[in-house]
Amino acid sequence: MALLKITSPHAHTAQSTASVMRLVLLATTPGLIALTLFFGWGSLINILLAGSVAVLCEAAVMRLRKRPVMFYLGDNSALVTAVLLGLALPPLAPWWVVVVGTSFAILIAKHLYGGLGYNPFNPAMVGYVVLLISFPVQMTAWPAPLPLYAEGVSPPGFLASLQIVLGLPGAGTVDAFTAATPLDTLRQNSGLLIAQLYEQDPLFNLARWAGAGWEWVNLGFLLGGCFLLYRRVFTWHGPVAMLASLSLCAALFYDGGSSASHGSPLMHLLSGGTMLGAFFILTDPVSSATSNRGRLIFGALIGALIFIIRSWGSYPDAVAFAVLLMNFAAPLIDNYTLPRTYGHKKSRRATEKKE
Amino acid sequence: MRKVWDLIGGVHPPENKHQSVQLPIDVLPLPEKLVIPLNQHIGAPAKLLVANGDRVLKGQELAEPSGLVSVGVHAPTSGTISDISEYPIPHPSGMAARCITLIPDGKEQWIDHVGIDATYSFQDYSPAKLLEMIRHAGIAGLGGAGFPSAVKLSPRKTITTLIINGSECEPYITADDMLMRERAEAIVEGIQILSYILGGPEEVLIGIEDNKPEAHAALEPFVRDTHIQLVSFPTRYPSGGEKQLIQILTGREVPSGGLPADIGIVCQNVGTAFAVQKAIHFGEPLISRITTVTGRACSTNRNYEVLIGTPITHLLAHNGFDENNCSRLIMGGPMMGFTLTDLDIPVIKTTNCILAASWEEAPTPPPAQPCIRCGMCAEACPASLLPQQLFWYAQSHNHERLEAHNLFDCIECGACSYVCPSNIPLVQYYRASKGEIRKQAQEKIKSDRARARFEFQKARKEQEEMAKAAKREARKQAAEQAKTLSAGRGNKPQKNADMVKTAMARAAEHQASPAEQQARLERGIVRAESHLHTVEKRLETIRKEGTEQQQEQALAAVEDARRRLEDARSKRAQLNNTAGTSDTDKVMERLQASPRDTLEKKIASCKERIAVTRQKIVDSDDETLKAALTSGLEKQQAKLADAQQALAALPDNTPDTPVNQETTDAAANAIARAQARAAATRDLPAEEQLRQTVVALEGRIEKAKAKLDEARAGESEYVNALQAGLEKLQNKLLDAQQQLNTVTTQPSTVDDDTGDAASSAIARAQARVAELASMSEEDKLRETVASLKSRLEKARIKLREAEAERSEHVDSLRTAVEKLQVRLTEAEQQLAEYHP
Repeated sequence: MALLKITSPHAHTAQSTASVMRLVLLATTPGLIALTLFFGWGSLINILLAGSVAVLCEAAVMRLRKRPVMFYLGDNSALVTAVLLGLALPPLAPWWVVVVGTSFAILIAKHLYGGLGYNPFNPAMVGYVVLLISFPVQMTAWPAPLPLYAEGVSPPGFLASLQIVLGLPGAGTVDAFTAATPLDTLRQNSGLLIAQLYEQDPLFNLARWAGAGWEWVNLGFLLGGCFLLYRRVFTWHGPVAMLASLSLCAALFYDGGSSASHGSPLMHLLSGGTMLGAFFILTDPVSSATSNRGRLIFGALIGALIFIIRSWGSYPDAVAFAVLLMNFAAPLIDNYTLPRTYGHKKSRRATEKKE
Repeated sequence: MRKVWDLIGGVHPPENKHQSVQLPIDVLPLPEKLVIPLNQHIGAPAKLLVANGDRVLKGQELAEPSGLVSVGVHAPTSGTISDISEYPIPHPSGMAARCITLIPDGKEQWIDHVGIDATYSFQDYSPAKLLEMIRHAGIAGLGGAGFPSAVKLSPRKTITTLIINGSECEPYITADDMLMRERAEAIVEGIQILSYILGGPEEVLIGIEDNKPEAHAALEPFVRDTHIQLVSFPTRYPSGGEKQLIQILTGREVPSGGLPADIGIVCQNVGTAFAVQKAIHFGEPLISRITTVTGRACSTNRNYEVLIGTPITHLLAHNGFDENNCSRLIMGGPMMGFTLTDLDIPVIKTTNCILAASWEEAPTPPPAQPCIRCGMCAEACPASLLPQQLFWYAQSHNHERLEAHNLFDCIECGACSYVCPSNIPLVQYYRASKGEIRKQAQEKIKSDRARARFEFQKARKEQEEMAKAAKREARKQAAEQAKTLSAGRGNKPQKNADMVKTAMARAAEHQASPAEQQARLERGIVRAESHLHTVEKRLETIRKEGTEQQQEQALAAVEDARRRLEDARSKRAQLNNTAGTSDTDKVMERLQASPRDTLEKKIASCKERIAVTRQKIVDSDDETLKAALTSGLEKQQAKLADAQQALAALPDNTPDTPVNQETTDAAANAIARAQARAAATRDLPAEEQLRQTVVALEGRIEKAKAKLDEARAGESEYVNALQAGLEKLQNKLLDAQQQLNTVTTQPSTVDDDTGDAASSAIARAQARVAELASMSEEDKLRETVASLKSRLEKARIKLREAEAERSEHVDSLRTAVEKLQVRLTEAEQQLAEYHP
């Protein structure tokens, strides 16, 4: 047997892209459990549906590109995109919304740009934004959280939910279960002081900190995010910068809780897609900034954009838009945020020709 | 407890060190042969001191340092040199280099060697003396890079900190660990010597990773009462990298592109300290080192004190190596080592480990997946680079961006590849890119030079072109004047003046410019020199192994080449002497000299040459040369006789007419001769004159033929030129014969104008001058075209032959053919332009 000529290093960690992706999927569990507990089976159905569509799309593209299908499916990246989109979509959204969003994410946002590692935008967020712009009605119909149901009325079970999603005759519509989200409520508030609003609106007075159900969903994603931080899947820079800047903006414009206030920092941190965005969306390494310093800037600007769009924009939540806008800026940020290399007095710029 | 700083980045792979520290350091039996490369260090290869078949003693210097940055190599044992040639050496590329093969005789007989005397200590010697001892002990850094230690120990800056590297951060390797455990006292003495040589730095630190408590404990008692500090720090790869260790121990960074000495630090490996102690204390050169043999493909894992040059096979044979279980054989550690494909490769001064990894330990790497820019590599990078960005730009060969991202600060430690979840061989990309960039930089220097050269050439050609055009213009005018004059048959002085002008113009045209002549001569000299060199070389080889006859031939060839070179040199010297006077001046001078003067001069020069030739004949001891010289002498004597006759024949009242006896141009010659004769033998019949001309021409043709034959026999490059000359002469002869015929058949014409026979000859010659002046360009072009065609044909044939033989000259021949083609097309074009 001839001895092989192989380049160093000859040792390797057991970690693989597939295992990293698996960790991310695992980390979404607390959030998913919270979603299911408070908003019913809709999110799980979204995930299952989006997952199958994503795998099918991925396989089809790999076949078209004449690549080994199983090798590429094995990296689990399509599943991650699908799960994140499924978590972001309103539970009980019609099946075609999920299918359109997922296939757009995989086919257009991911593979048209060259596939894994080459997409400039976060595919899940592209899918989300496409749906939000195309089907605003379906995309804003969020079911009411569990505490808001009147006594004796229960949310639809798994089969009933499936029927609603598939739009089977006699299944009823999602409209029967929908309610405003905390962010919607705050946006529409014009006369009440924040304190009054918290007192009067069941969405807030049934909650512990920020909004019934929503706070737990966000805490679930926070927990998952901390797990990923602990496993060193990503660094703290992006999420912390985003949360800090969002809190700072909210604190600056809190306005003492007047009727013109845009809500407290805690409300912003625990509503909408804040935590999902902070730990699962903006940490997508492909489309985010590269260096730690870059990620700080990237995260901070996303936090600021989220607050701006939430407060003065016309969409109820803003994570997807903020992330996509900053995806544009990531390469630029990268150019100016190179770390200081060992033995150099200061960091360089990527555009620099000579030192 | 001394403060230590954190290593930036880094990884912690499974250490796998316990396997090879169970048994003490062992010594292997002598191998059948030792293969000792001449270059085991960074710098110039050592200069060979021994020859094939020499018997050498243990510790004898086999090769000495060949420059400042170089170290020698020594015989690891006594024995006989059996071979000195190229063998594969330990190198990532698997390349071969010059090695000395030593067959041990088993006697282990040491050469006389002395270290410092027992009654003295190393402090009694000057640091310079100790450095010299280290240099001659062949010590190069034993940590891995193999930089000559003596060079590293003589920095130009003041050293405040000496760091001894006992980190050994690579998994599997335990060579330094075991050395520290077993030879602690010697190491500490070595460190003290190093510290003394460096002028006693403020701090002397031994850095050891905290996974080697035994080594730490072994060193502790010996450093207790010294200024040496033992520093322990967390185990993390690559803490043993020089730059990283400096950062961990001092918190300072070696400037990019700089040396540790720039910040007052020198770093040496514990193995080097040990080798230095051996060299100074015992006078023993570096002939062995501690090497770890480990990996699951070997049943025994332990450390050996191995003789430099021991083949890997010998090492593995004593460790139960199972080749079938071995996935890759690595020299060095698993992080930075390189794979070996040849088991006969020897252990060298930098070989700290042979890792025979099993399939479980080092499975075939899976195919690389796309980079998802997860950034784990950036977290692991000890140099704070962005490996994912470097990879991106390496793939797209974006060299500017790579340099802006400090690619050249990468130490190739492999931490990024180690953590990469997509299994991308990142380090390999960086190595390749570094190579590309270095190559490009070199090519840029080359192309800049080529551009400068090209621009200069272009400018020169333009100048030449302009000069040519000016000459052409001048010649045309001269020709027209000559025509009008010959048509008018004006008075003699006028004619003469005219002739002078025409001749001058022609001579000026014919004569190459001094610069050109100089260049031609220089080329000739270079050619002659290289020829001489070649024949001398041949002579040398023949002297070694050739027959006597061959030797004689070669000797003759060398003599011949030398003579040619001298000729060329003397010609150049002549040219340089005469370079001061312009050609026209010379022509003028010659033309204006009276025939008497000219002849006298000629006689004088002939006499001189005869004398020189005679001397040469006397000096020469070569028969053929003598013969050649004698024939030359006869010719010169004949010429002298001619000239003397001509002088005698000159009437006293020779008019002071300008004549030209010696112009190289044939036509001008004709004028000159005609004129001289016109002056001298005004009354000679034209017929007689022509006869003389014919006879003279026949003589010249005869000579030219002889020369041509000679040139052909000698395969001279002037064959073509000579041939062309011969043809010209033959044409002239025909002309002259025709004229003679005309003269003899029409005597009346001659009779009618007997008094003016000479002037008619002049007129004819003049007419020819005019004709040539107007026609010669075209003729010349034709000739050029014809000669170029024949040369091209010959060159093509040669090229074909060379191609068939796969000769190394194919390329140069091809360019020659191309050049000829270009010249031919140019010439043809010029000819075409002449023919509107």
